Amino acid sequence: MFAIRLSPLDNIVILSRRVEAGMAIQVDGQTLTVTTPLGLGHKLAVRRIVAGEQIFKYGVPIGSATADIAPGEHVHLHNMQSDYLPTYTLDDARLFTTRRPGEESQ
Amino acid sequence: MSMLRDDAFLRVDGRKGIRNTVAVVYLVECAHHVAREIQLPFREADVHLIGFGGCYPNEYSFRMLKALCTHPNVGAVLLVSLGCEGFNRRGLLQAIRDSGRPADTLVIQETGGTRSTIEAGRRWVENTRRQLAATPRGPMEAGELIVGTICGGSDGTSGITANPGIGRAFDRLVADGATCIFEETGELIGCEQIMASRAVTPELGQVLLDSVAKAARYYTVLGHGSFAPGNADGGLTTQEEKSMGAYSKSGSSPISGLIKPGDVPRAGGLYLLDVVPDGDVRFGFPNINDNAEIAELIACGSHVTLFSTGRGSVVGSAISPVIKVCANPETYRNLRDDMDVDAGRILEGRGTLDEVGDDIHRLTLRVAAGERTASEALGHQEFVLGYKRFEPIGPVCHPAYA
Repeated sequence: MFAIRLSPLDNIVILSRRVEAGMAIQVDGQTLTVTTPLGLGHKLAVRRIVAGEQIFKYGVPIGSATADIAPGEHVHLHNMQSDYLPTYTLDDARLFTTRRPGEESQ
Repeated sequence: MSMLRDDAFLRVDGRKGIRNTVAVVYLVECAHHVAREIQLPFREADVHLIGFGGCYPNEYSFRMLKALCTHPNVGAVLLVSLGCEGFNRRGLLQAIRDSGRPADTLVIQETGGTRSTIEAGRRWVENTRRQLAATPRGPMEAGELIVGTICGGSDGTSGITANPGIGRAFDRLVADGATCIFEETGELIGCEQIMASRAVTPELGQVLLDSVAKAARYYTVLGHGSFAPGNADGGLTTQEEKSMGAYSKSGSSPISGLIKPGDVPRAGGLYLLDVVPDGDVRFGFPNINDNAEIAELIACGSHVTLFSTGRGSVVGSAISPVIKVCANPETYRNLRDDMDVDAGRILEGRGTLDEVGDDIHRLTLRVAAGERTASEALGHQEFVLGYKRFEPIGPVCHPAYA
């Protein structure tokens, strides 16, 4: 077993082993082809994710995609970002609402 | 009630210690070298060095040192002062003596300088250690334990092995009647609603929400969340991803209260320690490193700290032992001597979350009964204390005792 899906709601899986580019990984009956060598703990997309879509881990959003992501592709800081800290302002009344990237804070 | 040991160290204030440490305490950086030289020959004999580097007085650092010097794991205290610093050394000495502990102050400027202060200090420690051999001993139950938790050097494995494993151990400890403390409100950003729903009263729930909102504001002003480059190398991406993993250390018990550094919970249960200062941002980052947080957990009475790490932290602490729970199986193999629990084995099919939770729970009780942790055996006694400012907690924060 090379990857763990923590929740059925998740669009990513967590690598439980180190993997090499080109490796085929079985997850829930689906085959993912790894595109880059990665250490354990990193995330792979299990389906196509479009830019702006939220990334789900533990069944909850952990940020949003900043680019389209293909199944098997590494999901990391190059293609996703926080919905929280970068968009905070001191007097932000919507401190705890998740926000799409680029959406104005009022 | 399960009995931990029949030879716990009984303190005059009724609290019970699992170690009987002599603390040598510098009250300004200018006294650090002398204090360290006093402690050095005894460093493997439960004599620990702690202190405060600043010359300017600060209510928080006074409260912290007072809480640490009267911690149940501490049997006696030697204060080392240069002589001209701003720290209220007389107030601290009085508070320690009032707690029934042997305590004295050496003022370097009044003791003839470096060499003679070191000699006087070493004599004091030798004599006091003989006195401490006669510390009253008695029974201690698991329900009398206070256990803190922290994660440091987190990676993508922390939130799926070690942190939920600690959460399982916390659930078992709370069921034993013990007091468990989790912390770092800045690492709970994104989890505040679900956390607030676990509060024992709606008013406490609001206090928990407010504490995370405060952390979010604080970190926004600083322009930096509680996120280090190593976190990203290990697969983590965002503050909310790290938060979800960190949050799982709290387990599933109801949340009985919110405390601030130096507050000791007065009833068993699960507590959130609010480590982010009150008021305008000042004095820099809330906690400059993991040991600043461990010191705060200990100041809240923690006898033992459960430390989850994925990348591989090696730290321990002065005063209270640290149990290292390693989330990442590769790190465990690399840093084997530094780790106490192999939680990452879950990822390799060599154990379940419940088994890891049981391991952590049992080891916590053994360490409380006297067994040495990996970091204790390796001589780790890290300590750091800086400047902060807090408002006192109100009755809403601790409903069972309001």
